[in-house]
Amino acid sequence: MERILEVKDLAIDFATYAGTVHAIRHVDFHLDKGETLAIVGESGSGKSVTMRTVMGLLANNARVVSGSVKLAGEDILHKSEKALNQMRGNEVAMIFQDPMTSLDPTMPIGKQVAEPLLLHTKATRAHAMKEAARVLALVGIPDAQARLKDYPHQFSGGQRQRIVIAIAIINHPKLLIADEPTTALDVTVQAQIVHLLKDIQAKLDTAIIFITHDLGVVAGIADRVAVMYAGKIIEYGTVDEIFYNPMHPYTWGLLEAMPTLSATRKRLFAIPGTPPDLLTPPQGDAFAPRNPYAMKIDQEQEPPFFAVSKTHAAATWLLHPDAPAVDPPAEIKRRKQIWAQKEGNHDYR
Amino acid sequence: MITDKTPLVQVRHLVQTFNAGKKDEVRALQDVSFDIYKGETLGLVGESGSGKTTTGRALIRLYQPTSGEVLFAGQDIAKLKNGSAQMLAFRRQTQMIFQDPYASLNPRMKVKDIIAEGLDIHHLVHSPQERDARVAELLAEVGLNEDHASRYPHEFSGGQRQRIGIARALAVEPQFIIADEPISALDVSIQAQVVNLLKDIQDKKGLTYLFIAHDLSMVKYISDRIAVMHNGRLVELASAAEVYHHPLHPYTKSLLSAIPEPDPDSERQRVPIAYDARQAEGGQRQLVEVLPAHYVYATAAEVAAYRQSN
Ligand SMILES: Nc1ncnc2c1ncn2[C@@H]1O[C@H](COP(=O)(O)OP(=O)(O)OP(=O)(O)O)[C@@H](O)[C@H]1O
Ligand SMILES: Nc1ncnc2c1ncn2[C@@H]1O[C@H](COP(=O)(O)OP(=O)(O)OP(=O)(O)O)[C@@H](O)[C@H]1O
Ligand SMILES: [Mg+2]
Ligand SMILES: [Mg+2]
Repeated sequence: MERILEVKDLAIDFATYAGTVHAIRHVDFHLDKGETLAIVGESGSGKSVTMRTVMGLLANNARVVSGSVKLAGEDILHKSEKALNQMRGNEVAMIFQDPMTSLDPTMPIGKQVAEPLLLHTKATRAHAMKEAARVLALVGIPDAQARLKDYPHQFSGGQRQRIVIAIAIINHPKLLIADEPTTALDVTVQAQIVHLLKDIQAKLDTAIIFITHDLGVVAGIADRVAVMYAGKIIEYGTVDEIFYNPMHPYTWGLLEAMPTLSATRKRLFAIPGTPPDLLTPPQGDAFAPRNPYAMKIDQEQEPPFFAVSKTHAAATWLLHPDAPAVDPPAEIKRRKQIWAQKEGNHDYR
Repeated sequence: MITDKTPLVQVRHLVQTFNAGKKDEVRALQDVSFDIYKGETLGLVGESGSGKTTTGRALIRLYQPTSGEVLFAGQDIAKLKNGSAQMLAFRRQTQMIFQDPYASLNPRMKVKDIIAEGLDIHHLVHSPQERDARVAELLAEVGLNEDHASRYPHEFSGGQRQRIGIARALAVEPQFIIADEPISALDVSIQAQVVNLLKDIQDKKGLTYLFIAHDLSMVKYISDRIAVMHNGRLVELASAAEVYHHPLHPYTKSLLSAIPEPDPDSERQRVPIAYDARQAEGGQRQLVEVLPAHYVYATAAEVAAYRQSN
């Protein structure tokens, strides 16, 4: 397996008027060639900041407190701006969460899509524009050729996102980071885009990091999943491990909060409370105040990772050998039963 | 829940064309008609680019309609004079929560000033203390806290910004809220909170919502009725339960078949039903009440077939 990305012990602070925001608090993960890693987690948990760091795109008020980010063996955090520019749009491309800020409102879209080719390859202008029209059609912009000269505001939210995807894939990157690329899209287009990304992956062996809060999409696209909360990864595993054998109460809450078409509940399950303010991260487990299963130790000491399998671990004291057995929510028990069946006589908690 | 069916908003044969007559002409809305009843939530779903945002914007009079009309409480909003008392009242009664939480917040304003903008315009608070207190209350209502008031939008994550937008809309105590994909930028746990929150506020204050979304599974929870758009037209309109359990238009069926479920096994087997727009082209089509309170955009022959199959 060729390792594309290795992030170790990454911690990032932001200086703000109100004080220092400890946005990323020691994060580790890795990604191999051709793999898809999904990152899920609450709004503000640090998904975008982590990925912007991988792209070498830190905000001015950001400070790397610790850690390393290795992309194809090279350390990103110590590269010059020039080297980073060479890398972006070439080896690694990012589809940003917000299509409007990643498109230039004053430039026709055809030119914007063609730009990575013009910057990083020897393509002629005419060829680049032709390629731009082709990729725009590929991502589902109707009459792409005729609309090359249109400006971003003349497209709908979903269309703008597809234009951003076109820019990201036109140069066949090794690593594609997609930050909620389908949130603005309806499900049929979302299904097409997910299909498109998988297709690109199969053809080019692209590694993909997919950030989303839609666990339905995760179930369909991911090989592995990392769950983030308050600037940390709190559980990771294969897609089956996370969906059928989740261990962290936060992961439980996320799965419970998903509406399903068949369910008839009148009210949605919502994880109570709000995430902690990262100006003053709590001392113990950051999720403790919202966790109905929290124990005394959760208030005092941060849980380490406990391994569940070679590929699966969760940072919750519930996995400590001395922790009392707990009764997970009904929806989680239902999932663990599926896991037990999959594993044969696997003992589940 | 709706008790009476008094329409608050009436959309009549609305047509919205951009760049008319030019090469890049876009017919964003083509003869769209529907009512929104007082106190109900109408969900508006449909493909990206189908005209949902354009519909929402037309209802707050961001555009002059190419043709057709929009009535709010019986009044043609195109006829409201800028600066008139009626216009000011309309601007307060109708609020929009925008799809794009980044673009819709002024980056140079503090959160408290963004939220209080409407309070100031409509003179709803009378002292700085009252203003701060009201802002704090609104922040709490949307799950943020007081400390956030003096920060700037760029210091927030996407989801947090969306909640600021919701607080801003609620500030002026409107009657009617157009929520343009208010939860798309939020993670599931917060989506559930916001959907529950919007429902609670509605129950408490009797608000009317147009809830624009592409996520049908969420829309189902919040909507009384659902309108499905495709290509600038309404193709189906019925109660939420009807749309889910008894969809008639092929586009609605395709939309339902594409909803991903949080279950890797079923996702591996998913076969979405493709929708070929050509199957709904040609012929004389209109929005017809095929079954009681269930409307479908169809030809006479299709209407007969739909009724037959029932
Ligand atoms: N430039 C900045 N200055 C100060 N704080 C920041 C800055 N950028 C991000 N943050 C803070 O860092 C934290 C992580 O933000 P991030 O954008 O990574 O969240 P996210 O997980 O992507 O959330 P969402 O799902 O809402 O997009 C948040 O608390 C946010 O307020
Ligand atoms: N100002 C404009 N000028 C030209 N075309 C426009 C303008 N605004 C919207 N359009 C076009 O009108 C159509 C409908 O756009 P609209 O934004 O209403 O779609 P939508 O249903 O909200 O899509 P999404 O789910 O992607 O937000 C699209 O084809 C879009 O490109
Ligand atoms: Mg983000
Ligand atoms: Mg829209």
